Amino acid sequence: MSALLGVDSVTKVFGGVRAVDGCSLEVAEGTVTGLIGPNGSGKTTLFNIVTGYLRADSGQVQFDAHRVTGTDPGRLYRMGLSRTFQQARVFPQLSVLENLVVAAGYGWSQLFSRRVSRGDRAQAEQLLEEFRLAPVADLLAAELSYGQRKLLEFAAVLMSSPRLVLLDEPTAGVNPVMIETMERHIRSRHAAGITFLVVEHDMTFVMRLCDPVIVLDAGKQIFSGQPAEVQANPQVLDAYLGA
Amino acid sequence: MTRWGLGRGGGFFLVLVALPLFGLQHWVVNLLVFVLMYATMSSAWNLVGGFAGYPSLGHAAFFGIGAYTMALMFHGDVLGSGYEPFIMLPVIALVAAAIGVPIALVSMRTRADVFAIVTITFLFMVQTLAFNLRSLTGGSQGISLPIPPFDAATFERPFYYVLVLLLAVAMLLTFGALHSKVGLALVAVRADEDKARGVGVRVTGVKVLAFSVSVGLTAMVGAVWSYYESFIYPQFAVDPLITIAVVLMTFLGGRATLWGPVLGAFILEAGQQTLAYRLGGSQFYLIAYALVFLVIMLVLPRGILPTLEDRLRMRRRAREVDGAQTPAVELLASDEDKVALPHGGRP
Repeated sequence: MSALLGVDSVTKVFGGVRAVDGCSLEVAEGTVTGLIGPNGSGKTTLFNIVTGYLRADSGQVQFDAHRVTGTDPGRLYRMGLSRTFQQARVFPQLSVLENLVVAAGYGWSQLFSRRVSRGDRAQAEQLLEEFRLAPVADLLAAELSYGQRKLLEFAAVLMSSPRLVLLDEPTAGVNPVMIETMERHIRSRHAAGITFLVVEHDMTFVMRLCDPVIVLDAGKQIFSGQPAEVQANPQVLDAYLGA
Repeated sequence: MTRWGLGRGGGFFLVLVALPLFGLQHWVVNLLVFVLMYATMSSAWNLVGGFAGYPSLGHAAFFGIGAYTMALMFHGDVLGSGYEPFIMLPVIALVAAAIGVPIALVSMRTRADVFAIVTITFLFMVQTLAFNLRSLTGGSQGISLPIPPFDAATFERPFYYVLVLLLAVAMLLTFGALHSKVGLALVAVRADEDKARGVGVRVTGVKVLAFSVSVGLTAMVGAVWSYYESFIYPQFAVDPLITIAVVLMTFLGGRATLWGPVLGAFILEAGQQTLAYRLGGSQFYLIAYALVFLVIMLVLPRGILPTLEDRLRMRRRAREVDGAQTPAVELLASDEDKVALPHGGRP
């Protein structure tokens, strides 16, 4: 298996803080890769650089054998690289169905077509069923619970048939049942061929789901390997416990 | 719903078309001409300020650009039928829309309050140019247009009907935005632009599109106004008060709705003209304006139509929850008409 995403010595400095410091890592196609690290280790900054929200000071990002350093997030999305946010960002003034339709990555020519066409509805139907959002499809996203919003955000980025999905703390702030639901959805989508890169603080979740696991500390990769090895690695323990 | 909406629109415009035929006095028709001007401009502003959530304070600059373009085209000409200037309106719209593209590309890199400041700066730049490019605009001396050769008894009618047409165009474009993916994209931009960018919405494209269509419409109104007035001066052609009125009307009626800006214009402009008439030329009416703004902020922060819509929705929902002992979520989902979207229409 080849690397779907490659990060090559990327550095990002905010004032005096080297948030990402010469970081290199790879995400192989067909994996659910975990990305963990203590607070402030640069996970989210790295996410933002990979998805085009931030410009790296130096270094390269490769996606699907293309150099995509500094590419616009919308373009990356249409290339098949999509992400979710830590705080479940959906469009509250749009209905659940519309939230899916707007994320379908339509082009200029479709801009003047119907707001939600029959085709859009059909395309969204399967996701709505799968994520059990069909009963609330016509509610405003603002009326959903936080957990449902997280599901909706996840479902929405799947509308464009992505190849790689970056999930930023998919289980943060949701109840245990929802965590299981989320895990089930990731697994089923993974089985359908999508590669995942997951930032997560819930270690049992990461250990169950991810292989391999990459550990960041102070903006660098300090370890990459199977979950069992991570737990045994002294360097990782150092980073977390601050020894 | 759609049939009812069509009926409402048709009825509204039928009344507008028929209105001057009832032998209204000149001052009433004159008032209606101004109401229509503001209704059109508010509808146009709504595309940018309402849907996309970019509070432009620079729209009066494009009103002025339209007014001066018209003046420069016809200054010193002798008119035949008097309808020639109206035929040039689409050209003026295109000129303004083309000027709007680079302005939007630059100013829409900023957001919210910064965007408001950048656009109002543009307004004052245009005003300064109008004052100082004397060879072109006549500076503070103003510039004249040919006197419209219309019959004195029905002098206002051509302007009135052209403005009815412009309002129809503005409302049709708004309707089109609401019911197409343009509207979907604009609402996404307003809700969370960064997120929208991240899910492949053509953010810059729809913003610039909305802005240039909006200022094109605004410029046409400015052009009609300059012909109506026959003589224009920089301080009235590029007037911050126009911007403020348009913003206020849209806020009062309800942003990002089809009828809100029109309703706001009918209430405020009619009220303003009456107040200005009653209180004389002392500009006391501005105090009334400030009061209106305060009341909106306190009582109807989202405007008349969205507030009413919310109340109706709540009431209907409460009634149905009382009526049946069905779990709320299922109930809501099963009811087709339950979720009144913020724009008041269904996809």
